[in-house]
Order: sequence, then C-alpha cells, then structure tokens
Amino acid sequence: MSDVKKFLYLNRRAPYGTIYAWESLEVVLIGAAFDQEVSLMFVDDGVFQLVKGSDTSELDMKNFMPTYRTLGDYGVRHLYVDKASLEARGLTQDDLIEVAWEDWETEEEVDNIVEIVDSGQAIGVFEESDVVFSF
Amino acid sequence: MGTINVNGKELEVDEEGYLANINDWEPGVAEVMAKEDGLELTDEHWDIINFLRDYYEEYQIAPAVRVLTKAVGKKLGKDKGNSKYLYGLFPYGPGKQACRYAGLPKPTGCV
Repeated sequence: MSDVKKFLYLNRRAPYGTIYAWESLEVVLIGAAFDQEVSLMFVDDGVFQLVKGSDTSELDMKNFMPTYRTLGDYGVRHLYVDKASLEARGLTQDDLIEVAWEDWETEEEVDNIVEIVDSGQAIGVFEESDVVFSF
Repeated sequence: MGTINVNGKELEVDEEGYLANINDWEPGVAEVMAKEDGLELTDEHWDIINFLRDYYEEYQIAPAVRVLTKAVGKKLGKDKGNSKYLYGLFPYGPGKQACRYAGLPKPTGCV
C-alpha cells in the first residue's frame, strides 16, 4: 500500500508525573491498529519509559510498562532509544525492557525491537518519517 | 452511571455498560451481561473471555480486535483466530462485547 505513511512518535518525558507518556502510548496503539507504519523514539527523560521494573503502587497511576511489550503485536517495528540520553542518565540497554516482534503470517521473528541509535542514525530516522509526533 | 445486579450485588457500569471497576469482576458478570444481550455463554465464549482477562493481566490493555484475532489464533489455534469465528461468538464485535463480559475497559482504538 503506497498510502501508508511512516509515523514517528517522539517521547521526551518521564513516564509518570505527567500524562504525556501514556497519551503517546495510546495514540500509538490506535495508529498501529489502523495499519500505519509506526516507530517510536525515546529521547531525554523519555528513555525512562522503557526502564525495567517500574513500580507505581504508591503513585496512584496505572503501571503501563507492561503495555509497551504489546507493541510488537501491534506491528510496531522499531523502538529507537537515543544513545546520548541513555548514557547521560547512567543507563545501558541492559536496563531496558525487551519487546519482541513477530510476523504472524510468515512467522518471521525479532527477539527485541528496542534499538539504541546515535544522533546520526536518529537524524536518518527523522528524515525517513512522513509524520513526527512529539510528546 | 448505572449498575448491574450480579448475585445480589450492585456493580457500577459506565454509560456503555462496561464495568467501572475491573476488580468487581466475577464470572457472574459475564453471565448477566450475556443474558441481557440474549446470548448463552458456551465454553467457546469462555475461552475468549478468559483469554482476554489473561491478556489484560499481562499487558494492562484490552487488545484491538486485529491483535486479538492474531493472538487468539496463536494461543487457541488458527481455526479460532479469524474474525468469522469470533464474530460468530460475539455478534456485537469480539473486541467490544467480549471485553465487556470480561470486565475490561473498552479496547483502545475502539470507537
């Protein structure tokens, strides 16, 4: 389909404290459910959205961390994480959740679609995208 | 907000009939809602309802119908992972109707 646009969702804020991360995730799920080509990028404090083991039991907010793991099922192919943002916060890929992707028809599988990119690669991703949403 | 009566308890539901509090759920909820829709629940219905509850437990969302269809196919067999089968069980839409019976919120992306 030539009319499928490439959507990139840019996530720059910490997961809890504001509604941005959850709103972004909901929009992503809706967009992906309608067969858009969807990728996500995590920059600045947005990288905390993918850090394993979050516990919101004292925050009175739903812990939506498990929901990121469904993104592969929704056909999302790439979760890009900005390398510099990660390093500036003392984090590595080992601190991040893994999200699997599988094509249910061809049974092609990718164990983890979370990918760390440097600024040059990130620019490439922006250039390839038709639409960028910033949250 | 209205309520439904399940085994003598009044449970709150939203304006579209979805359970207001997921923790209120018990199998009787599905039975009562199905009866209102004129539907008799079979083991096949329960397979889907239980599947949705497990899915929510694991991922904290009700899946979009396309994702539900694929996931059911993977877990319960390809003969069940298709819209024809699922709409046969849940004529008002497997996403909306089955999620409602399962006590989940309306699937994200459903209008």
